[in-house]
Amino acid sequence: MIEAVGLTKRYGDKTAVDDLTFTVTPGVVTGFLGPNGAGKSTTMRMIIGLDAPTSGTVLVNGRRYDEHAAPLHEVGALLEARAIHTSRTAENHLRAMAAATGIKQRRVDEVIDLVGLRDVAGKRAGAFSLGMGQRLGIASALLGDPATVMLDEPINGLDPEGILWVRHLLKELAAEGRTVFVSSHLMSEMALTADHLIVVGRGRLIRDVSTEDFIASASANSVRVRSPQAEQLRALLLGPGVTIASEHAGELDVTGLSSDQIGSRAATAGLTLYELSPLQASLEEAFMELTKDSVEYRSHVSDNEFLTRKVAA
Amino acid sequence: MSTTTIEVPRPASAEPAPSAAGVGRVTLPNVARSEWIKFRTLRSSWVTLGSAVLAMVAIGLVIGYNVGKNYTGLAPEDVAPSGILQGYFLAQLLIGVLGVLFVSGEYGTGMIRSTLAAVPRRVPVLVAKSVVFGSIALVTMVASTFAAYFGGQLFLSSYGHGGSLSDPGALRAVIGTGVYLALIGLLGGALGWIIRSTAGGISTLVGILLVVPVVFQLLPGAWAADVLKYLPSEAGGAFVTSVSLPGTLAPWTGLGVLVAWVAAAMLAAAVLLRRRDA
Repeated sequence: MIEAVGLTKRYGDKTAVDDLTFTVTPGVVTGFLGPNGAGKSTTMRMIIGLDAPTSGTVLVNGRRYDEHAAPLHEVGALLEARAIHTSRTAENHLRAMAAATGIKQRRVDEVIDLVGLRDVAGKRAGAFSLGMGQRLGIASALLGDPATVMLDEPINGLDPEGILWVRHLLKELAAEGRTVFVSSHLMSEMALTADHLIVVGRGRLIRDVSTEDFIASASANSVRVRSPQAEQLRALLLGPGVTIASEHAGELDVTGLSSDQIGSRAATAGLTLYELSPLQASLEEAFMELTKDSVEYRSHVSDNEFLTRKVAA
Repeated sequence: MSTTTIEVPRPASAEPAPSAAGVGRVTLPNVARSEWIKFRTLRSSWVTLGSAVLAMVAIGLVIGYNVGKNYTGLAPEDVAPSGILQGYFLAQLLIGVLGVLFVSGEYGTGMIRSTLAAVPRRVPVLVAKSVVFGSIALVTMVASTFAAYFGGQLFLSSYGHGGSLSDPGALRAVIGTGVYLALIGLLGGALGWIIRSTAGGISTLVGILLVVPVVFQLLPGAWAADVLKYLPSEAGGAFVTSVSLPGTLAPWTGLGVLVAWVAAAMLAAAVLLRRRDA
């Protein structure tokens, strides 16, 4: 369980993380999604006490991370930047990490086998490929058999087999009842892995939503309509369950009605249509749309405001 | 998992295989064990430490030979028991660099993030690193000053100028030089914590030990000489020499001043370590 309340981090006059409030619950994989520079890594660093928040708090398993007697048993973290001495062998790195918490050599062997690094355990970590480095980082995160696992961009540098392995591992960890918090800038990957999504942009919370709902809202069909009588058409079409957005004059994006329904109603009312085309946003488009907004509108927009603003536009 | 954490529901069907992670705790002995593993699993640790030992002993032998051969007409500080131990000028740089490296190496590679994630209270890491490195440095450096002393004596006595540890100031010089070197190693460690970069830490160490004293020697006025004798290298130098030179502190005062420097640097390091983002 991770509970962030009003979490904020400023570096000089730059705000990396801006008033983030969210809860990551056990038993599911929670994706932490946002473009590069959205504040994901900074947030994760604050969770394990590497960076001190400018304001706000974050608790893991009910306490501040540094208040736990054995932090590695609480949260296992893979951080984005490499956090391993390059001249030390993989096994010795894990041994040193384990020793600080009094974790036995047997567990070191266990995690080495778990991530498939047995053959290279005696090699210098600096000689590792990006993918091997990620596996070592994951081994390090799992050392303490933690209740919460937090991975920053774990699939970076992994080959397809490695990606599949991480995906299964995350689901398995969640099925065991652990809290699994995993960041990514790839919507498509999160759609396959995460049950819940926390979407951030420019350090702000954009959406806190189940993946299912996010996909449903993202792939909701809309219909692009162009008409010289767009305003009359809007009045005609608006009704319960219908939302209409308009980015250009004479152009409407209608959600909640099929192109057949729109065409029939326009014909009945005698309105001219220049274009009537069904649109389907891909997940990536939906994600980019969301995060683009967070860049364009430099104000905090809550989940509901976001939806209503689009309608009002 | 500690008993105070929130219970995480684990469905029986998905119960993981019994893990060997056990129930550990972060304690100072555990952190010290971790630091000892870190120290001994880097080849650079042993290369640098070996160089410091070699510098101490080899220079001791060379000085013993030279002093024995040209005994008459040499300055009193050269023929004194501490004369053979002049290798410490070089050895202090090597052991100091090792002290810097043991800390700055973690910052340079990013290892510090793993270290501080495991021990988020942070200060225990500084204490454990200092205890582990201080002990290693003390044992090896005192051993090498004894080796340098007895090695040098072999040459001295073959020329008929041999001395013994019971000579005035001899034992203090031999043990004291080892203690001095260990303290300089710790000073290097503190600089590593404060500056967090290998290049910056080493430059600062060299500046403190070699450059700053020269500046104060060149400055005119009695106040410069007064400041000079309280600098770490000069205060330490007063402790490790068996001859009392004018314008230096008394040996034990010198040791006290050096210890105060190291303690102040460590305190600053601890405060910064707690305050700064990793």
